[in-house]
Amino acid sequence: MEYEAIIGMEVHAQVLTRSKMFCGCSADYASAPANTHTCPVCLALPGVLPVINRAAVEATVLTGLALSCTIPPFTKFDRKNYTYPDLPKGYQISQYDYPLCVGGHLDVQVAGESRRIGIRRVHLEEDTAKLTHTPDGSLIDFNRAGVPLMEIVTEADIRSADEAHAYLTELRTILRYLGVSSGDMERGAMRCEANVSLRPRGARAFGTKVEIKNLNSFRSVRNAIVYEIDRQSGLLASGGAVEQVTMGWDEERQCTVFQRSKEYAEDYRYFPEPDLPPIEMTPVEVQTIRERLPELPHDKAQRYEREFGIKSADVALLVAEHPTALFYEQAVAARPALAQAIANWMLGEVFRYLSEGERTTAELPISPAMLAELVALVDDGTINNTVGKQVLNEMMTSGEAAASIVERRGLAQISDTVALEQIITSVVAQHPGPVAQYREGESKVLGFLIGQAMRATQGKANVQIVRDLLLQALDDSQR
Amino acid sequence: MLTRETVLHIAELAKLELAEHETSLYAEQLSEILAYAERLNALDTDHIAPTAQAIYRRNVMRPDEPRPSLSPDEALANAPQRQDDLFRVHQILD
Repeated sequence: MEYEAIIGMEVHAQVLTRSKMFCGCSADYASAPANTHTCPVCLALPGVLPVINRAAVEATVLTGLALSCTIPPFTKFDRKNYTYPDLPKGYQISQYDYPLCVGGHLDVQVAGESRRIGIRRVHLEEDTAKLTHTPDGSLIDFNRAGVPLMEIVTEADIRSADEAHAYLTELRTILRYLGVSSGDMERGAMRCEANVSLRPRGARAFGTKVEIKNLNSFRSVRNAIVYEIDRQSGLLASGGAVEQVTMGWDEERQCTVFQRSKEYAEDYRYFPEPDLPPIEMTPVEVQTIRERLPELPHDKAQRYEREFGIKSADVALLVAEHPTALFYEQAVAARPALAQAIANWMLGEVFRYLSEGERTTAELPISPAMLAELVALVDDGTINNTVGKQVLNEMMTSGEAAASIVERRGLAQISDTVALEQIITSVVAQHPGPVAQYREGESKVLGFLIGQAMRATQGKANVQIVRDLLLQALDDSQR
Repeated sequence: MLTRETVLHIAELAKLELAEHETSLYAEQLSEILAYAERLNALDTDHIAPTAQAIYRRNVMRPDEPRPSLSPDEALANAPQRQDDLFRVHQILD
């Protein structure tokens, strides 16, 4: 029998605020010494009161709006009770039945097709402390406890590991565009869980679902889902049954391992947080937040294709990071007619420069307009493509403008036919062997002869003119 | 009357270990507390919106401004055990 996978995803993303969710401790804990970002509130000392961080609420609403969610007029926080030392209060402040955002969707591209993934809800809660287990006991650093954390839950709309991967990639791009989260999975700023079940293709009822935790990278999300689909199909095909359990992804062994069964499912005893008054969001307040939405990657991609005529394969790469997309747009604004040529230079030389040095667009030593001017010099024939790359390299080191480098180093392309004819005459005279080969029909030696002529001009000659003149010279000498 | 199983389940969630006589004692006491709270069901609340709070307050929020934290020594003053600047507790295996 053929099975269909039904997948839902839960993503936790740390919200980029300056202070924690319910107290004034700095939320920038990543490189802080242990237990230097704590206070009576996040340590749960008796008698303290939490106060909601407005920026975290607004960032969550902004995220919901980017995911086409509805923002209900009433929302509140609840206590999720469990006993574990990563939360000193004995409960996590979360949201249960009235989340900040409900009922949205995200369109993702999978193998050239658009797939709509429903978003069930986006809610806000607090992160937990970091535990380190040692043989002598568990060690706790409370710096992370109380950092704002948003949880984004999809409907069970995902059908494959590739779709899950595409969803996660698009979601992270949006979070980064909005500036609400770094989306950095390796550093734990974004964490993911997947619910996977199978049913016979065409069936309506859902099968038993398995929750997979400990997915710490994009690769592990894909691998774990592929593995789990395979494991469940094997079970069902051999007449067995899938049990409702929680599995963990074992990165080293590349398999899912049993964590706990449903019988030990937590009983969280949610109840409304009495220390936090509810939030009522008016349409005007929602509108004010909506006005902060930037143009989103999907819309940018469509606009680049429509307005600039950029190839769709290129567009996805240009819009993947917000600062890169903005750099590109500013370069195009300086030279609107060269949109595709600028895209080619961005995707080739600029991306290579960025990835070689693990740099971000913000660290580029040149402005968008400077890149546009370089592309223009190549486009109008002042310099050839190869020299253009050398000039860009030098710009990246010195920050000097392209025209100035070209002038100072005398790199302008030689298109002067008389000067080039002399060079070609001497190339033909110096290489009788290849010339003879060419005449015998070995046309590939033409490339060698062009190369010799280019070398004689330190690469500055107009290749097209060299080629034409060389062909002419070879024909003449043949006669 | 609460069953013995329910009392043990609640004790488990609260990480409490109960002696046999405590189990029956708490079954009795918790049942009395529930019965007392049950009296509220006599009130007609059909036209009253549910609330978790006795006073009407909304939208109490603070600006996102960091404030000084405690020093590690202050934070760890009540720690049951300490290892460097970390709290230490009995080993936990999820």
